[in-house]
Amino acid sequence: MSDKLHWEDFQPGAVAIYGPRLVMREEIVAFAAEFDPQPMHLDEAAGAKTLLGGLGASGWHSCCLLMRMIADGFILNSTSMGSPGIDEVKWLKPLRPGTTIRLRSTVLETRASTKRPEMGLTKFLFEVLDDNDAVLTSLTTTMMLGRRQPGVAA
Amino acid sequence: MKYFDDLRLGDIIMTGRHTFAADEIKVFARRFDPQLFHVDEEAAKKSHFGALCASGWHTASIWMRLMVDYRRSEENDARARGEPAAGSGPALGLRDLKWLKPVYVGDVIDYKSEIIERRVSGSRPTHGLITILTTGVNQNGETVISFASTTFVERRPEPK
Repeated sequence: MSDKLHWEDFQPGAVAIYGPRLVMREEIVAFAAEFDPQPMHLDEAAGAKTLLGGLGASGWHSCCLLMRMIADGFILNSTSMGSPGIDEVKWLKPLRPGTTIRLRSTVLETRASTKRPEMGLTKFLFEVLDDNDAVLTSLTTTMMLGRRQPGVAA
Repeated sequence: MKYFDDLRLGDIIMTGRHTFAADEIKVFARRFDPQLFHVDEEAAKKSHFGALCASGWHTASIWMRLMVDYRRSEENDARARGEPAAGSGPALGLRDLKWLKPVYVGDVIDYKSEIIERRVSGSRPTHGLITILTTGVNQNGETVISFASTTFVERRPEPK
């Protein structure tokens, strides 16, 4: 579909904000019970005895919430062909119950694929922000996006 | 969990094995990663993946569950011997996460984690920082995921 976002639509320096999304205690505990049942992700008192200093979401949960926010934010309306991986994730601050998060997306660099003229590569910085714009989680990744105008194969 | 002091470079943890079923792939993806090739078999056939496959975050999250279960059994064993178990976490982050091959319905993934870095924490002298390289390998011997993650692990308390 021609109205989808293509590789050409993401220029270096472009910033977008997605969300907001209220993160409830119930979903933090539910995710942890299924995928990361460490006490600090399940229970306030147990969390208070750890370096997390209270109940906080699993870092994987933060990544999954980030994924959902960028999916709803632009990926589902784009020519995304997925991502080969993540350069780096930093869990900088705990995600506490009752926090309203937003997602800040910054395009870091963009380049054509030399092997596949129908796609380009776009490097993003994604940051999960809390109510006070503090960065809770940051993530850098390269995504593969279909091009509006195919390039020339090398 | 073993204390930081008892963990060595090169130590390998066979974390565990998981078989990915169609239902759980779709349930996870509808919650967190609803791209068509993770939620719809027919659409996935037409995608560049060629068939329904798990979200990469699902493949990673399953490893976390297996690792927590492994540590818990290790703690139970330690307590049975009358020894204390070390606390661990939270993790600081990860790097070089690679989704090398799709994980399709029915794939059986074996996960293992190897200690590749260890150092005493500067900010938290009661803890060390352990970096592990985790890989997941499918039933055909192909590596489907790898990443390096760093987490706090408690140091053995000084004798009183």
